[in-house]
Amino acid sequence: MKGGKSMAEVVQREPENRIGMEFNAEKYKTDFPILSRMIRGTKLVYLDSAATTQKPRVVIDAVDQYYRLHNANVHRGLHTLAEEATAAYEATRDKIAGFIGGVKREEIIYTRNATEAINMVASSWGYQNIKKGDRIVITQMEHHANLVPWIVLSRKTGAELVYIPIDPEGYLDLADLKDIIAPNTKIVALTHMSNVLGTINPVDEIIALAHKRGAVALVDGAQSVPHMPVDVRAMDADFLAFSAHKMLGPTGLGVLYGKEELLSRMEPVQYGGEMISEVRYDYAAWNELPHKFEAGTPNIEAAFAFLPALEYLEKIGMENIRRHEMELTGYALDKLAGLEFIKVFGPKDLNHRGGAVSFIDKNIHPHDMATFLDTLGIAVRAGHHCAQPLTRLLGVNSTTRASLYLYNTHNDIDQLITGLKEARRYFRYE
Amino acid sequence: MSDNLDDLYRDILMEHYRFPRGHHHLEHEDIHNEGQNPTCGDEIELALELEGDRVKDVYVSCMGCAVSVASGSMLAEVTKGKTLEEVKKIAATIKAMLTGEAVPKDADLGDLEALSGVKKFPVRVKCALLSWTTLVNALEAREKGKEKAPSTTEQ
Repeated sequence: MKGGKSMAEVVQREPENRIGMEFNAEKYKTDFPILSRMIRGTKLVYLDSAATTQKPRVVIDAVDQYYRLHNANVHRGLHTLAEEATAAYEATRDKIAGFIGGVKREEIIYTRNATEAINMVASSWGYQNIKKGDRIVITQMEHHANLVPWIVLSRKTGAELVYIPIDPEGYLDLADLKDIIAPNTKIVALTHMSNVLGTINPVDEIIALAHKRGAVALVDGAQSVPHMPVDVRAMDADFLAFSAHKMLGPTGLGVLYGKEELLSRMEPVQYGGEMISEVRYDYAAWNELPHKFEAGTPNIEAAFAFLPALEYLEKIGMENIRRHEMELTGYALDKLAGLEFIKVFGPKDLNHRGGAVSFIDKNIHPHDMATFLDTLGIAVRAGHHCAQPLTRLLGVNSTTRASLYLYNTHNDIDQLITGLKEARRYFRYE
Repeated sequence: MSDNLDDLYRDILMEHYRFPRGHHHLEHEDIHNEGQNPTCGDEIELALELEGDRVKDVYVSCMGCAVSVASGSMLAEVTKGKTLEEVKKIAATIKAMLTGEAVPKDADLGDLEALSGVKKFPVRVKCALLSWTTLVNALEAREKGKEKAPSTTEQ
Protein backbone atom coordinates (compact mmCIF):
# COMPACT_ATOMS: atom_id res chain seq x y z
CA MET A 1 0.00 0.00 0.00
CA LYS A 2 1.16 3.47 -0.73
CA GLY A 3 1.92 5.87 2.10
CA GLY A 4 -0.51 8.04 3.94
CA LYS A 5 -3.26 7.33 6.35
CA SER A 6 -5.27 4.23 5.74
CA MET A 7 -8.88 4.93 4.98
CA ALA A 8 -9.84 3.23 8.22
CA GLU A 9 -8.45 6.32 9.90
CA VAL A 10 -9.72 8.81 7.36
CA VAL A 11 -13.25 7.45 7.42
CA GLN A 12 -15.06 7.77 10.69
CA ARG A 13 -16.75 4.50 11.37
CA GLU A 14 -18.13 3.25 14.63
CA PRO A 15 -18.66 -0.44 14.11
CA GLU A 16 -20.92 -1.88 16.72
CA ASN A 17 -19.28 -4.68 18.55
CA ARG A 18 -21.38 -7.75 18.02
CA ILE A 19 -18.90 -10.26 19.36
CA GLY A 20 -20.65 -12.60 21.73
CA MET A 21 -24.04 -11.32 20.68
CA GLU A 22 -26.84 -13.57 19.51
CA PHE A 23 -27.35 -13.71 15.76
CA ASN A 24 -30.25 -11.37 15.25
CA ALA A 25 -31.46 -11.24 11.64
CA GLU A 26 -34.36 -8.99 12.61
CA LYS A 27 -31.90 -6.45 13.93
CA TYR A 28 -29.56 -6.74 10.94
CA LYS A 29 -32.57 -6.08 8.73
CA THR A 30 -32.79 -2.59 10.19
CA ASP A 31 -29.24 -1.90 8.95
CA PHE A 32 -30.56 -2.19 5.37
CA PRO A 33 -32.71 0.84 4.48
CA ILE A 34 -34.28 -0.82 1.42
CA LEU A 35 -35.67 -3.65 3.54
CA SER A 36 -38.19 -1.29 5.10
CA ARG A 37 -39.44 -0.20 1.68
CA MET A 38 -43.05 -0.81 0.83
CA ILE A 39 -43.76 -2.72 -2.39
CA ARG A 40 -47.33 -2.51 -3.70
CA GLY A 41 -48.57 -1.72 -0.21
CA THR A 42 -46.63 -4.33 1.77
CA LYS A 43 -43.20 -4.39 3.28
CA LEU A 44 -40.54 -5.87 1.02
CA VAL A 45 -39.64 -9.51 1.64
CA TYR A 46 -36.36 -9.85 -0.20
CA LEU A 47 -35.57 -13.43 -1.20
CA ASP A 48 -33.28 -12.78 -4.17
CA SER A 49 -29.87 -12.42 -2.57
CA ALA A 50 -28.30 -15.01 -4.86
CA ALA A 51 -28.87 -12.48 -7.66
CA THR A 52 -27.62 -9.54 -5.64
CA THR A 53 -27.72 -8.69 -1.96
CA GLN A 54 -29.07 -5.51 -0.46
CA LYS A 55 -26.65 -3.01 1.01
CA PRO A 56 -26.30 -1.94 4.64
CA ARG A 57 -26.26 1.73 5.54
CA VAL A 58 -22.47 1.68 6.11
CA VAL A 59 -21.94 0.73 2.45
CA ILE A 60 -24.40 3.28 1.09
CA ASP A 61 -22.87 5.97 3.27
CA ALA A 62 -19.39 5.05 2.10
CA VAL A 63 -20.31 5.63 -1.55
CA ASP A 64 -21.69 9.02 -0.59
CA GLN A 65 -18.67 9.81 1.54
CA TYR A 66 -16.26 8.77 -1.19
CA TYR A 67 -17.64 11.36 -3.60
CA ARG A 68 -18.10 14.02 -0.95
CA LEU A 69 -14.63 13.76 0.52
CA HIS A 70 -12.13 11.57 -1.29
CA ASN A 71 -12.87 11.38 -5.01
CA ALA A 72 -9.71 11.23 -7.15
CA ASN A 73 -8.11 8.87 -9.58
CA VAL A 74 -5.92 6.21 -8.03
CA HIS A 75 -2.19 5.61 -8.46
CA ARG A 76 -1.75 8.81 -10.42
CA GLY A 77 -2.08 12.02 -8.49
CA LEU A 78 0.20 13.50 -5.89
CA HIS A 79 -2.44 15.52 -4.12
CA THR A 80 -4.19 14.70 -0.87
CA LEU A 81 -7.35 13.35 -2.49
CA ALA A 82 -5.41 11.04 -4.79
CA GLU A 83 -3.43 9.77 -1.86
CA GLU A 84 -6.57 9.08 0.16
CA ALA A 85 -8.40 7.42 -2.71
CA THR A 86 -5.38 5.24 -3.50
CA ALA A 87 -4.89 4.29 0.14
CA ALA A 88 -8.57 3.29 0.45
CA TYR A 89 -8.56 1.41 -2.84
CA GLU A 90 -5.55 -0.60 -1.76
CA ALA A 91 -6.78 -1.04 1.82
CA THR A 92 -9.79 -2.91 0.45
CA ARG A 93 -7.45 -5.18 -1.50
CA ASP A 94 -5.66 -6.04 1.74
CA LYS A 95 -8.98 -6.68 3.41
CA ILE A 96 -10.06 -9.05 0.63
CA ALA A 97 -6.73 -10.90 0.81
CA GLY A 98 -7.36 -11.48 4.50
CA PHE A 99 -11.03 -12.32 4.06
CA ILE A 100 -10.37 -15.37 1.87
CA GLY A 101 -7.75 -16.86 4.13
CA GLY A 102 -4.73 -14.59 4.13
CA VAL A 103 -3.29 -14.57 0.63
CA LYS A 104 -0.83 -12.08 -0.81
CA ARG A 105 -2.24 -8.73 -1.88
CA GLU A 106 -0.51 -9.24 -5.26
CA GLU A 107 -2.83 -12.19 -5.80
CA ILE A 108 -6.01 -10.10 -5.60
CA ILE A 109 -7.08 -8.67 -8.98
CA TYR A 110 -10.01 -6.30 -9.16
CA THR A 111 -12.44 -7.06 -11.97
CA ARG A 112 -15.96 -5.91 -12.86
CA ASN A 113 -17.55 -9.07 -11.48
CA ALA A 114 -17.00 -12.82 -11.09
CA THR A 115 -17.88 -13.29 -14.76
CA GLU A 116 -15.02 -11.05 -15.86
CA ALA A 117 -12.68 -12.80 -13.43
CA ILE A 118 -13.39 -16.21 -14.99
CA ASN A 119 -13.19 -14.77 -18.50
CA MET A 120 -9.77 -13.34 -17.67
CA VAL A 121 -8.48 -16.79 -16.77
CA ALA A 122 -10.02 -18.37 -19.87
CA SER A 123 -8.70 -15.72 -22.23
CA SER A 124 -5.25 -15.31 -20.71
CA TRP A 125 -4.19 -18.50 -18.97
CA GLY A 126 -6.45 -20.52 -21.25
CA TYR A 127 -4.96 -19.52 -24.58
CA GLN A 128 -1.42 -19.68 -23.20
CA ASN A 129 -1.80 -23.21 -21.84
CA ILE A 130 -4.54 -25.08 -23.67
CA LYS A 131 -4.22 -26.70 -27.06
CA LYS A 132 -5.82 -29.39 -29.16
CA GLY A 133 -5.79 -32.74 -27.40
CA ASP A 134 -6.04 -31.17 -23.95
CA ARG A 135 -9.04 -31.50 -21.72
CA ILE A 136 -11.06 -28.88 -19.86
CA VAL A 137 -13.27 -30.23 -17.08
CA ILE A 138 -16.27 -28.39 -15.67
CA THR A 139 -19.54 -29.58 -14.12
CA GLN A 140 -23.13 -29.85 -15.27
CA MET A 141 -24.23 -27.32 -12.66
CA GLU A 142 -22.23 -24.30 -13.80
CA HIS A 143 -23.60 -20.80 -14.17
CA HIS A 144 -23.15 -19.49 -17.71
CA ALA A 145 -20.23 -17.42 -16.38
CA ASN A 146 -18.26 -20.59 -15.72
CA LEU A 147 -19.58 -22.42 -18.75
CA VAL A 148 -19.62 -20.21 -21.84
CA PRO A 149 -15.94 -19.09 -21.55
CA TRP A 150 -14.91 -22.76 -21.55
CA ILE A 151 -17.21 -23.67 -24.45
CA VAL A 152 -15.58 -20.89 -26.46
CA LEU A 153 -12.06 -21.82 -25.38
CA SER A 154 -12.61 -25.45 -26.28
CA ARG A 155 -14.11 -24.49 -29.64
CA LYS A 156 -11.24 -22.19 -30.50
CA THR A 157 -8.41 -24.42 -29.32
CA GLY A 158 -9.83 -27.81 -30.21
CA ALA A 159 -9.49 -28.96 -26.59
CA GLU A 160 -12.24 -31.28 -25.36
CA LEU A 161 -14.75 -30.05 -22.80
CA VAL A 162 -15.88 -32.75 -20.38
CA TYR A 163 -18.55 -32.40 -17.69
CA ILE A 164 -18.71 -33.90 -14.23
CA PRO A 165 -22.35 -35.07 -14.15
CA ILE A 166 -24.89 -34.49 -11.41
CA ASP A 167 -27.03 -37.16 -9.78
CA PRO A 168 -30.81 -36.99 -9.33
CA GLU A 169 -30.46 -35.40 -5.88
CA GLY A 170 -28.39 -32.54 -7.25
CA TYR A 171 -24.96 -33.62 -6.04
CA LEU A 172 -21.99 -34.01 -8.32
CA ASP A 173 -21.66 -37.65 -9.34
CA LEU A 174 -18.01 -38.39 -8.54
CA ALA A 175 -18.08 -42.09 -9.42
CA ASP A 176 -16.08 -41.59 -12.62
CA LEU A 177 -14.11 -38.57 -11.46
CA LYS A 178 -10.74 -40.29 -11.98
CA ASP A 179 -11.61 -40.95 -15.61
CA ILE A 180 -13.13 -37.54 -16.17
CA ILE A 181 -10.09 -35.73 -14.79
CA ALA A 182 -7.86 -37.67 -17.18
CA PRO A 183 -4.10 -37.12 -17.45
CA ASN A 184 -4.58 -34.70 -20.38
CA THR A 185 -6.73 -32.37 -18.22
CA LYS A 186 -5.31 -28.87 -18.04
CA ILE A 187 -7.94 -27.12 -15.97
CA VAL A 188 -10.85 -28.08 -13.73
CA ALA A 189 -13.31 -25.21 -13.26
CA LEU A 190 -16.24 -25.68 -10.92
CA THR A 191 -18.66 -23.83 -8.76
CA HIS A 192 -18.27 -24.02 -5.01
CA MET A 193 -22.01 -23.56 -4.49
CA SER A 194 -24.67 -23.96 -7.17
CA ASN A 195 -26.79 -20.85 -7.70
CA VAL A 196 -29.74 -23.06 -8.72
CA LEU A 197 -29.54 -26.18 -6.54
CA GLY A 198 -27.69 -24.71 -3.58
CA THR A 199 -25.34 -27.71 -3.66
CA ILE A 200 -22.01 -27.16 -1.95
CA ASN A 201 -19.44 -29.15 -3.88
CA PRO A 202 -16.52 -31.07 -2.34
CA VAL A 203 -14.00 -28.76 -3.98
CA ASP A 204 -11.04 -29.87 -1.84
CA GLU A 205 -11.26 -33.44 -3.10
CA ILE A 206 -11.70 -32.39 -6.72
CA ILE A 207 -8.89 -29.85 -6.58
CA ALA A 208 -6.55 -32.47 -5.06
CA LEU A 209 -7.23 -34.82 -7.96
CA ALA A 210 -6.80 -32.00 -10.49
CA HIS A 211 -3.41 -31.20 -9.00
CA LYS A 212 -2.41 -34.85 -9.05
CA ARG A 213 -3.00 -34.73 -12.80
CA GLY A 214 -0.97 -31.56 -13.14
CA ALA A 215 -4.06 -29.48 -13.89
CA VAL A 216 -4.97 -26.17 -12.33
CA ALA A 217 -8.27 -25.62 -10.52
CA LEU A 218 -10.58 -22.64 -10.74
CA VAL A 219 -13.38 -22.22 -8.22
CA ASP A 220 -16.41 -20.04 -8.92
CA GLY A 221 -17.04 -18.68 -5.45
CA ALA A 222 -19.78 -16.21 -6.38
CA GLN A 223 -22.30 -18.06 -4.19
CA SER A 224 -19.98 -19.45 -1.51
CA VAL A 225 -17.67 -16.59 -0.49
CA PRO A 226 -20.66 -14.42 0.58
CA HIS A 227 -22.29 -17.15 2.64
CA MET A 228 -19.64 -19.24 4.41
CA PRO A 229 -16.03 -19.12 5.52
CA VAL A 230 -13.84 -19.73 2.48
CA ASP A 231 -10.13 -20.31 2.95
CA VAL A 232 -8.65 -20.41 -0.51
CA ARG A 233 -5.28 -21.59 0.75
CA ALA A 234 -6.74 -24.54 2.64
CA MET A 235 -8.84 -25.35 -0.42
CA ASP A 236 -5.69 -24.93 -2.56
CA ALA A 237 -7.60 -23.47 -5.51
CA ASP A 238 -5.37 -21.89 -8.13
CA PHE A 239 -8.03 -19.34 -9.05
CA LEU A 240 -11.09 -18.11 -7.16
CA ALA A 241 -13.67 -15.73 -8.60
CA PHE A 242 -16.38 -13.81 -6.75
CA SER A 243 -18.41 -10.59 -6.84
CA ALA A 244 -18.71 -7.78 -4.30
CA HIS A 245 -22.39 -7.14 -4.99
CA LYS A 246 -23.40 -10.61 -3.81
CA MET A 247 -21.85 -9.88 -0.40
CA LEU A 248 -23.27 -6.49 0.58
CA GLY A 249 -20.88 -4.51 -1.62
CA PRO A 250 -21.56 -2.30 -4.63
CA THR A 251 -22.13 -3.61 -8.13
CA GLY A 252 -19.36 -3.36 -10.71
CA LEU A 253 -16.62 -4.89 -8.59
CA GLY A 254 -15.43 -8.46 -8.71
CA VAL A 255 -12.36 -10.30 -7.55
CA LEU A 256 -10.01 -12.73 -9.20
CA TYR A 257 -7.69 -14.46 -6.78
CA GLY A 258 -4.88 -16.29 -8.53
CA LYS A 259 -1.71 -17.93 -7.25
CA GLU A 260 1.17 -15.54 -7.81
CA GLU A 261 3.21 -18.05 -9.79
CA LEU A 262 0.35 -18.41 -12.27
CA LEU A 263 -0.63 -14.74 -12.46
CA SER A 264 2.97 -13.67 -12.99
CA ARG A 265 3.22 -15.85 -16.09
CA MET A 266 -0.13 -14.73 -17.51
CA GLU A 267 -0.48 -12.12 -20.22
CA PRO A 268 -2.71 -9.13 -19.48
CA VAL A 269 -6.14 -9.23 -21.06
CA GLN A 270 -6.51 -5.48 -21.52
CA TYR A 271 -3.92 -2.85 -22.21
CA GLY A 272 -3.73 0.82 -21.32
CA GLY A 273 -3.07 3.02 -18.35
CA GLU A 274 -2.18 1.66 -14.93
CA MET A 275 -1.12 -1.77 -16.18
CA ILE A 276 2.24 -0.66 -17.63
CA SER A 277 5.67 -0.11 -16.13
CA GLU A 278 7.22 1.59 -19.15
CA VAL A 279 5.97 2.63 -22.55
CA ARG A 280 7.95 3.88 -25.54
CA TYR A 281 6.61 4.44 -29.02
CA ASP A 282 7.66 0.94 -29.99
CA TYR A 283 7.61 -0.84 -26.68
CA ALA A 284 5.57 -1.51 -23.57
CA ALA A 285 6.34 -3.44 -20.42
CA TRP A 286 3.84 -4.57 -17.86
CA ASN A 287 3.36 -3.33 -14.36
CA GLU A 288 3.84 -5.68 -11.43
CA LEU A 289 1.04 -7.68 -9.90
CA PRO A 290 -1.78 -7.01 -9.30
CA HIS A 291 -1.81 -3.86 -11.46
CA LYS A 292 -0.81 -5.75 -14.62
CA PHE A 293 -4.41 -6.90 -14.91
CA GLU A 294 -6.10 -3.62 -14.01
CA ALA A 295 -5.98 -1.44 -17.13
CA GLY A 296 -7.72 1.91 -17.00
CA THR A 297 -9.50 3.74 -14.22
CA PRO A 298 -11.14 1.14 -12.01
CA ASN A 299 -14.34 1.22 -9.99
CA ILE A 300 -12.85 3.18 -7.11
CA GLU A 301 -16.12 4.01 -5.40
CA ALA A 302 -17.01 0.32 -5.30
CA ALA A 303 -13.66 -0.69 -3.83
CA PHE A 304 -14.03 2.12 -1.29
CA ALA A 305 -17.48 0.93 -0.23
CA PHE A 306 -16.62 -2.76 -0.30
CA LEU A 307 -14.41 -2.33 2.76
CA PRO A 308 -17.27 -1.57 5.17
CA ALA A 309 -19.22 -4.45 3.57
CA LEU A 310 -16.42 -6.86 4.45
CA GLU A 311 -16.12 -5.36 7.92
CA TYR A 312 -19.85 -5.83 8.41
CA LEU A 313 -19.62 -9.49 7.43
CA GLU A 314 -16.58 -10.06 9.63
CA LYS A 315 -18.27 -8.42 12.57
CA ILE A 316 -21.18 -10.84 12.34
CA GLY A 317 -18.85 -13.69 11.44
CA MET A 318 -19.00 -15.91 8.39
CA GLU A 319 -19.46 -19.00 10.57
CA ASN A 320 -22.48 -17.38 12.16
CA ILE A 321 -23.92 -16.37 8.79
CA ARG A 322 -23.48 -19.92 7.51
CA ARG A 323 -25.16 -21.34 10.64
CA HIS A 324 -28.08 -18.90 10.35
CA GLU A 325 -28.62 -19.75 6.69
CA MET A 326 -28.44 -23.49 7.37
CA GLU A 327 -31.10 -23.16 10.03
CA LEU A 328 -33.30 -20.93 7.89
CA THR A 329 -32.83 -23.11 4.78
CA GLY A 330 -33.88 -26.12 6.86
CA TYR A 331 -36.97 -24.25 7.98
CA ALA A 332 -37.80 -23.30 4.38
CA LEU A 333 -37.26 -26.84 3.08
CA ASP A 334 -39.52 -28.24 5.81
CA LYS A 335 -42.27 -25.75 5.05
CA LEU A 336 -41.99 -26.29 1.29
CA ALA A 337 -42.12 -30.07 1.79
CA GLY A 338 -45.50 -29.53 3.43
CA LEU A 339 -46.93 -28.08 0.22
CA GLU A 340 -47.94 -30.98 -2.00
CA PHE A 341 -48.10 -28.75 -5.09
CA ILE A 342 -44.45 -27.69 -4.77
CA LYS A 343 -41.43 -29.64 -5.94
CA VAL A 344 -38.04 -28.56 -4.59
CA PHE A 345 -34.80 -29.21 -6.46
CA GLY A 346 -31.41 -29.82 -4.92
CA PRO A 347 -29.96 -31.63 -1.92
CA LYS A 348 -31.85 -31.92 1.35
CA ASP A 349 -28.79 -32.33 3.57
CA LEU A 350 -28.10 -28.89 5.05
CA ASN A 351 -24.43 -29.73 5.50
CA HIS A 352 -24.07 -29.91 1.75
CA ARG A 353 -26.26 -27.10 0.57
CA GLY A 354 -26.66 -23.35 0.91
CA GLY A 355 -29.64 -21.03 0.94
CA ALA A 356 -30.52 -20.88 -2.76
CA VAL A 357 -33.75 -22.89 -2.99
CA SER A 358 -35.25 -23.58 -6.43
CA PHE A 359 -38.70 -25.06 -6.82
CA ILE A 360 -41.68 -25.32 -9.13
CA ASP A 361 -45.41 -25.33 -8.58
CA LYS A 362 -47.01 -28.25 -10.43
CA ASN A 363 -49.37 -25.91 -12.30
CA ILE A 364 -48.21 -22.32 -12.04
CA HIS A 365 -45.36 -21.23 -14.27
CA PRO A 366 -42.42 -19.64 -12.36
CA HIS A 367 -42.92 -16.34 -14.21
CA ASP A 368 -46.53 -16.14 -13.13
CA MET A 369 -45.55 -17.18 -9.62
CA ALA A 370 -42.89 -14.47 -9.38
CA THR A 371 -45.29 -11.81 -10.70
CA PHE A 372 -47.92 -12.93 -8.20
CA LEU A 373 -45.49 -12.96 -5.26
CA ASP A 374 -44.33 -9.49 -6.23
CA THR A 375 -47.83 -8.16 -5.65
CA LEU A 376 -47.39 -9.37 -2.06
CA GLY A 377 -44.04 -7.58 -1.82
CA ILE A 378 -42.08 -10.83 -2.07
CA ALA A 379 -39.05 -10.67 -4.37
CA VAL A 380 -37.93 -14.02 -5.82
CA ARG A 381 -36.30 -14.90 -9.09
CA ALA A 382 -37.86 -16.95 -11.85
CA GLY A 383 -36.16 -18.33 -14.93
CA HIS A 384 -33.16 -20.50 -15.67
CA HIS A 385 -30.89 -18.45 -13.42
CA CYS A 386 -28.17 -18.24 -16.06
CA ALA A 387 -27.78 -22.00 -15.91
CA GLN A 388 -29.89 -23.07 -18.87
CA PRO A 389 -28.34 -26.51 -19.46
CA LEU A 390 -28.77 -27.40 -15.79
CA THR A 391 -32.37 -26.20 -15.74
CA ARG A 392 -33.12 -28.34 -18.78
CA LEU A 393 -31.39 -31.26 -17.12
CA LEU A 394 -33.86 -30.88 -14.27
CA GLY A 395 -36.59 -31.38 -16.88
CA VAL A 396 -37.97 -27.86 -16.79
CA ASN A 397 -37.52 -24.56 -18.65
CA SER A 398 -37.42 -22.48 -15.54
CA THR A 399 -37.77 -22.56 -11.77
CA THR A 400 -38.69 -20.14 -9.04
CA ARG A 401 -35.82 -19.45 -6.68
CA ALA A 402 -35.88 -18.06 -3.18
CA SER A 403 -32.42 -17.26 -1.88
CA LEU A 404 -31.47 -16.24 1.65
CA TYR A 405 -29.00 -14.05 3.43
CA LEU A 406 -28.13 -12.85 6.88
CA TYR A 407 -31.08 -10.43 6.99
CA ASN A 408 -33.75 -13.03 6.26
CA THR A 409 -36.02 -14.28 9.02
CA HIS A 410 -38.51 -17.06 9.70
CA ASN A 411 -41.21 -14.51 9.04
CA ASP A 412 -39.88 -14.00 5.49
CA ILE A 413 -40.21 -17.74 4.87
CA ASP A 414 -43.69 -17.80 6.39
CA GLN A 415 -44.75 -15.01 4.04
CA LEU A 416 -43.34 -16.90 1.06
CA ILE A 417 -45.27 -20.02 2.05
CA THR A 418 -48.47 -18.01 2.48
CA GLY A 419 -47.84 -16.40 -0.90
CA LEU A 420 -47.40 -19.76 -2.61
CA LYS A 421 -50.72 -20.92 -1.16
CA GLU A 422 -52.48 -17.72 -2.17
CA ALA A 423 -51.15 -18.11 -5.72
CA ARG A 424 -52.98 -21.46 -5.92
CA ARG A 425 -56.21 -19.71 -5.04
CA TYR A 426 -55.60 -16.74 -7.32
CA PHE A 427 -54.90 -18.93 -10.34
CA ARG A 428 -57.86 -21.12 -9.31
CA TYR A 429 -56.07 -24.37 -8.77
CA GLU A 430 -57.67 -24.58 -5.34
CA MET B 1 -55.14 -8.41 -4.26
CA SER B 2 -54.19 -5.57 -6.50
CA ASP B 3 -56.32 -4.58 -9.47
CA ASN B 4 -53.15 -4.50 -11.52
CA LEU B 5 -52.69 -8.22 -11.29
CA ASP B 6 -56.22 -8.77 -12.51
CA ASP B 7 -55.34 -6.50 -15.42
CA LEU B 8 -52.55 -8.88 -16.34
CA TYR B 9 -54.39 -12.12 -15.74
CA ARG B 10 -57.73 -11.26 -17.30
CA ASP B 11 -60.29 -14.03 -17.49
CA ILE B 12 -59.99 -14.30 -21.26
CA LEU B 13 -56.23 -14.65 -20.98
CA MET B 14 -56.50 -17.33 -18.30
CA GLU B 15 -59.06 -19.19 -20.35
CA HIS B 16 -56.66 -19.30 -23.31
CA TYR B 17 -53.89 -20.44 -20.94
CA ARG B 18 -55.95 -23.34 -19.60
CA PHE B 19 -57.30 -24.39 -22.98
CA PRO B 20 -54.78 -23.29 -25.60
CA ARG B 21 -55.97 -23.29 -29.22
CA GLY B 22 -53.96 -24.60 -32.11
CA HIS B 23 -52.56 -27.51 -30.19
CA HIS B 24 -52.96 -30.02 -32.99
CA HIS B 25 -50.33 -30.98 -35.54
CA LEU B 26 -50.94 -29.96 -39.14
CA GLU B 27 -51.15 -32.28 -42.10
CA HIS B 28 -48.99 -29.93 -44.06
CA GLU B 29 -46.69 -27.17 -42.82
CA ASP B 30 -45.93 -24.28 -45.17
CA ILE B 31 -44.32 -22.15 -42.52
CA HIS B 32 -42.54 -23.40 -39.43
CA ASN B 33 -40.52 -21.58 -36.81
CA GLU B 34 -39.28 -21.91 -33.28
CA GLY B 35 -38.61 -19.15 -30.79
CA GLN B 36 -37.29 -18.74 -27.31
CA ASN B 37 -37.12 -16.20 -24.59
CA PRO B 38 -33.51 -16.32 -23.37
CA THR B 39 -34.21 -14.62 -20.06
CA CYS B 40 -36.62 -17.27 -18.84
CA GLY B 41 -36.05 -20.24 -21.15
CA ASP B 42 -39.61 -20.30 -22.50
CA GLU B 43 -39.93 -21.97 -25.88
CA ILE B 44 -42.48 -21.83 -28.68
CA GLU B 45 -42.96 -23.79 -31.84
CA LEU B 46 -45.46 -22.70 -34.46
CA ALA B 47 -46.49 -23.72 -37.94
CA LEU B 48 -48.95 -22.48 -40.56
CA GLU B 49 -50.72 -24.33 -43.31
CA LEU B 50 -51.60 -22.02 -46.19
CA GLU B 51 -54.23 -22.04 -48.87
CA GLY B 52 -52.95 -19.58 -51.40
CA ASP B 53 -52.21 -16.45 -49.43
CA ARG B 54 -54.57 -17.35 -46.63
CA VAL B 55 -53.90 -19.15 -43.33
CA LYS B 56 -55.80 -22.42 -43.43
CA ASP B 57 -54.66 -23.81 -40.10
CA VAL B 58 -52.28 -23.01 -37.29
CA TYR B 59 -50.24 -25.10 -34.89
CA VAL B 60 -48.82 -23.51 -31.74
CA SER B 61 -47.01 -25.25 -28.92
CA CYS B 62 -45.66 -23.08 -26.15
CA MET B 63 -43.75 -24.16 -23.06
CA GLY B 64 -44.15 -21.03 -21.06
CA CYS B 65 -46.00 -18.84 -18.61
CA ALA B 66 -49.68 -17.95 -18.71
CA VAL B 67 -48.99 -14.80 -20.73
CA SER B 68 -46.87 -16.45 -23.43
CA VAL B 69 -49.13 -19.50 -23.74
CA ALA B 70 -52.30 -17.38 -23.91
CA SER B 71 -50.76 -15.03 -26.43
CA GLY B 72 -49.78 -18.00 -28.61
CA SER B 73 -53.26 -19.45 -28.28
CA MET B 74 -54.84 -16.15 -29.33
CA LEU B 75 -52.45 -16.05 -32.28
CA ALA B 76 -53.67 -19.47 -33.39
CA GLU B 77 -57.26 -18.37 -33.10
CA VAL B 78 -57.05 -14.97 -34.70
CA THR B 79 -54.76 -15.73 -37.63
CA LYS B 80 -56.82 -18.63 -38.93
CA GLY B 81 -58.59 -17.59 -42.13
CA LYS B 82 -56.65 -14.33 -42.45
CA THR B 83 -54.33 -13.40 -45.31
CA LEU B 84 -50.63 -13.12 -44.54
CA GLU B 85 -50.85 -9.35 -45.00
CA GLU B 86 -53.62 -9.18 -42.43
CA VAL B 87 -51.62 -11.35 -40.06
CA LYS B 88 -48.65 -9.01 -40.33
CA LYS B 89 -50.87 -6.05 -39.63
CA ILE B 90 -52.30 -7.68 -36.52
CA ALA B 91 -48.82 -8.56 -35.30
CA ALA B 92 -47.70 -4.94 -35.77
CA THR B 93 -50.76 -3.73 -33.86
CA ILE B 94 -50.08 -6.07 -30.94
CA LYS B 95 -46.51 -4.90 -30.78
CA ALA B 96 -47.60 -1.27 -30.84
CA MET B 97 -50.18 -1.91 -28.13
CA LEU B 98 -47.64 -3.59 -25.85
CA THR B 99 -44.80 -1.16 -26.39
CA GLY B 100 -46.93 1.92 -25.89
CA GLU B 101 -46.98 3.10 -29.49
CA ALA B 102 -50.07 4.40 -31.24
CA VAL B 103 -52.57 1.69 -32.15
CA PRO B 104 -54.60 2.24 -35.34
CA LYS B 105 -58.15 3.31 -34.40
CA ASP B 106 -59.78 0.84 -36.76
CA ALA B 107 -57.90 -2.11 -35.26
CA ASP B 108 -60.30 -4.85 -34.19
CA LEU B 109 -58.38 -6.99 -31.76
CA GLY B 110 -61.11 -9.17 -30.29
CA ASP B 111 -59.69 -11.38 -27.53
CA LEU B 112 -56.28 -9.91 -28.19
CA GLU B 113 -57.39 -6.77 -26.40
CA ALA B 114 -56.95 -8.84 -23.23
CA LEU B 115 -53.20 -8.59 -23.76
CA SER B 116 -53.26 -4.82 -23.31
CA GLY B 117 -53.00 -5.20 -19.52
CA VAL B 118 -49.56 -6.73 -19.97
CA LYS B 119 -48.02 -3.35 -20.75
CA LYS B 120 -48.39 -2.39 -17.10
CA PHE B 121 -45.89 -5.17 -16.38
CA PRO B 122 -42.92 -4.21 -18.56
CA VAL B 123 -40.91 -7.33 -17.73
CA ARG B 124 -43.75 -9.45 -19.04
CA VAL B 125 -44.12 -7.73 -22.43
CA LYS B 126 -41.61 -10.09 -24.01
CA CYS B 127 -43.74 -13.03 -22.84
CA ALA B 128 -46.72 -11.67 -24.77
CA LEU B 129 -44.61 -10.91 -27.84
CA LEU B 130 -42.77 -14.23 -28.09
CA SER B 131 -45.27 -15.98 -30.36
CA TRP B 132 -45.85 -12.90 -32.52
CA THR B 133 -42.17 -12.18 -33.04
CA THR B 134 -41.57 -15.81 -33.90
CA LEU B 135 -44.35 -15.65 -36.48
CA VAL B 136 -43.24 -12.34 -37.99
CA ASN B 137 -39.67 -13.60 -38.33
CA ALA B 138 -40.96 -16.67 -40.13
CA LEU B 139 -43.02 -14.55 -42.52
CA GLU B 140 -40.12 -12.22 -43.23
CA ALA B 141 -37.77 -15.11 -43.84
CA ARG B 142 -40.30 -16.60 -46.21
CA GLU B 143 -40.51 -13.38 -48.16
CA LYS B 144 -36.75 -13.41 -48.47
CA GLY B 145 -37.08 -16.84 -50.01
CA LYS B 146 -35.74 -18.91 -47.19
CA GLU B 147 -37.60 -22.06 -46.39
CA LYS B 148 -37.02 -21.97 -42.67
CA ALA B 149 -36.50 -18.91 -40.54
CA PRO B 150 -33.61 -18.74 -38.14
CA SER B 151 -34.86 -19.52 -34.67
CA THR B 152 -36.25 -16.48 -32.94
CA THR B 153 -34.97 -14.94 -29.77
CA GLU B 154 -37.33 -12.48 -28.12
CA GLN B 155 -35.02 -9.95 -26.45
